Amino acid sequence: MDFLNTLLIGITAGSIYSLMAISMVLVWRSTRVVNFAQAGMALLSTYFGFEAVTKLGSFWIALPVAMLGGALVAALVEMILIRLLVKHSSSGPIAGVAPIIATLGLLGVIRASASMIWGGQDVRIVGPVSNDGFTINGTTLVFSPLKLLILVTVLVLMLILSLVFQKTNIGLALRASAYSPEIARLSGIKVDWVRTLGWALAGAAGAVAGMFQTVNGNGTLSPDSIEFSLLLVSGFIAAVIGGLDSLIGAVIGGLVLGLMISFVLMYISSGLFFIAPFVILLLVLFIRPQGIFGAKAARRA
Amino acid sequence: MTLTVSNLTVHHGAICAVNQVSLTVPAGKLAAIIGSNGAGKTTLLRTLSGLKHPTQGEISWNGENIVGTKPEMLVRRGISHVGEGKSVVPELTVKENLELGAIWRRNNQESKESIENVVSIFPRLGERINQRSDTLSGGERQMLAIGRAIMSKPQLLLLDEPSLGLAPLVVEQIFQTIRDLTNSMNLTVLLVEQNAMGALKIADLGIVLNLGSVAVAGSASALIDDPAVRSAYLGY
Amino acid sequence: MHKKQSRDLLLFILGGVVLYFLSGMVDELRVYQGASIAVYVIAISSIILLTGYSGQVSLGHGALMAVGAYAAAVARIELQAPIILCFVIAVLAAAIGGALLGAAAARLSGPYLAGTTLALAIGLPSLANQFSVLGGEQGLLFDVGFPPLSLGEEFTQYKWFFWIAALAALISMWAVKNILSSRYGRTWRAIRGNEVAAQLSGINIARSKILAFTISAGIAGLAGALLSMTIGTVSPSAFPLALSFSLLTGAVLSGITTLGGAMIGAVVLVAIPEVADAVANRIGSSERVTTNLPGFLVSALLILTVLFVPNGPVEQHRARKAKKKNYLS
Repeated sequence: MDFLNTLLIGITAGSIYSLMAISMVLVWRSTRVVNFAQAGMALLSTYFGFEAVTKLGSFWIALPVAMLGGALVAALVEMILIRLLVKHSSSGPIAGVAPIIATLGLLGVIRASASMIWGGQDVRIVGPVSNDGFTINGTTLVFSPLKLLILVTVLVLMLILSLVFQKTNIGLALRASAYSPEIARLSGIKVDWVRTLGWALAGAAGAVAGMFQTVNGNGTLSPDSIEFSLLLVSGFIAAVIGGLDSLIGAVIGGLVLGLMISFVLMYISSGLFFIAPFVILLLVLFIRPQGIFGAKAARRA
Repeated sequence: MTLTVSNLTVHHGAICAVNQVSLTVPAGKLAAIIGSNGAGKTTLLRTLSGLKHPTQGEISWNGENIVGTKPEMLVRRGISHVGEGKSVVPELTVKENLELGAIWRRNNQESKESIENVVSIFPRLGERINQRSDTLSGGERQMLAIGRAIMSKPQLLLLDEPSLGLAPLVVEQIFQTIRDLTNSMNLTVLLVEQNAMGALKIADLGIVLNLGSVAVAGSASALIDDPAVRSAYLGY
Repeated sequence: MHKKQSRDLLLFILGGVVLYFLSGMVDELRVYQGASIAVYVIAISSIILLTGYSGQVSLGHGALMAVGAYAAAVARIELQAPIILCFVIAVLAAAIGGALLGAAAARLSGPYLAGTTLALAIGLPSLANQFSVLGGEQGLLFDVGFPPLSLGEEFTQYKWFFWIAALAALISMWAVKNILSSRYGRTWRAIRGNEVAAQLSGINIARSKILAFTISAGIAGLAGALLSMTIGTVSPSAFPLALSFSLLTGAVLSGITTLGGAMIGAVVLVAIPEVADAVANRIGSSERVTTNLPGFLVSALLILTVLFVPNGPVEQHRARKAKKKNYLS
């Protein structure tokens, strides 16, 4: 029974990490920036979601509000910060590290701003269904209606996203701009706007991850919470496991990470909460530095 | 639809790659730009399609100055550029690469018809329509790149070294196709080539670039007969 | 070269003398801030060496500082080691940690390295809770003892901290300066400029990168031990992710390739909480604004610097002067 519990917890957490990793991958593919502020943007969107839940009373209205808010914030960040960055800091000794530093700065600004606006309050988002575990043959699982709902929703969203990418002109423009921006431009695609769109999609995906991460935890929301630090690290790690360039890789990377953390915490020690992802990351980087789905050895200089 | 370039100068940082170039390609004509490595051919072409900004000079297309217009907008005005080295997106399928060329029209029906048209010109692409384009041979990839460019129904086609790295037989085939397309679609074509002989044979006009400047210009047949051009670029 | 070195040495000694007199003239708070500046100067110089010269990014230097601080505290408590030895142990322990991390880092570039060290910065301090010898959430006491009586009755504890930190800062700045102008410094710059070219000229890339990481970590370890000296304890909460970010901000503000700028970054980092306090008092804001304003300012400053003075104020000034000179001649 322990095994089944651990497995189901791992898959649920993993599906949330997958969403976070997808948003990292979308940003990477649009602008070749690893966005360390992604979790911060997810945090901000989740606060939008909280405001919506409080005012409108429904989680299912709040979720699209959070997604829209997240998309808007991300699009603005791309249009202002990232474009300026490309213009001003693409040469000199700082060039290689400038995007990293700028997105970290953004993370700091978002966390501090969120603390100024919402800090110290009891910010709580209640999930749409119960998080009490299912009971089978008299034993109660940790797996709950809420966790099932999270899994299903994430699955549906991923399906929609992959349909958009594979079957629509917008998806084609997104893919072409990511792989060969120059050919995309020569084909008449407004690559600048496609980049903004990529960021906006990433912002929306991150918002869902943030909302679910909050209700899947104890429901409280705070810029300094463990949940968000974990989201910050695991989104990156899951994306790296998958290979940063691959959306399928991001999904699998998230699930692998979620399961591994879940099993380590269950069978080795629950104190390894933060160090386990780090060790997993190092293992991946040593064994298969280009990630599971990465093609090129891009992460070596 | 005439292309007129006057006094065009382009820099790479401090290096002057194209220096005071002036040339005219009349509507429906095929002009070959030949010259050695580093003569500024590719830079000239990239400036014409908006990928690079000139330091000075004018590019007039259809009577309007197009300097400063972005490449994605120039496509809408009938200018298609096939970049150096088989300009296709390797991660996409043949079909997707073709769709890319017509994506800005936002008309899927028209796009479908254009694909049928391209496939009738290059039947090989039809056979491989659902394959990823990195599984194609070099010649097929070049066909795909040209196919992508004509998907957007251009009036001016800019081709950067389509013969690069291809087997002689395939080169001949590609050159013939370019000539045929010029006639059948009434295209104005600017063809940049290292393979000077092959290019001049199919071209109406020839322009020799040397160190960024126009060295010789004239009708293609006159250039083939010019002893100086022969010894410097045609090798006999 | 020899002449320049002795001139530099003279300058550093002169700096020490000036600091000595200054510390006698200002109040306790300023002395304490002076000690903090000295600590930051050391920590920032470790980042400048690593990022500005060898081109590697670390967001985990807060964690390496923690390694140094814990090593010093454990040496003090378990072995009753003399204070100077504690600092040496801090340097060595962090350097070993840095060598291990560097071995991993040498295989990684840019964002991958940043993310890995970020995961470390988040993960490592919490590991302290796992071992009882490290004191858990409360941490360990780290007491360097009272100032020697020979310095007189008036000599306060903070002044003693300042002396130790300032001396350490002077020595480590001098050491870093010499390392950077040595063969190793040139090697690192070559790698940062063009890794392939450096490799083709026979530089062992991996070894050079690991060396840079090791030295940088050792310096960070020293800064960590000094930081916990001024606080009096070593605990996980003293080395939050925000510390790693602050150091990076300090280094970018200083100009990531100008060691001499480290002072600028350090002063700004120490001044920010004061400025934030003053601003908060003036606009009469609530407590949650007051506590988060410093973090906000640090991050905002980081973004603005990267966008508008990407190579730091010193380098910017130098570039402008050079341009003027070219223009005139």
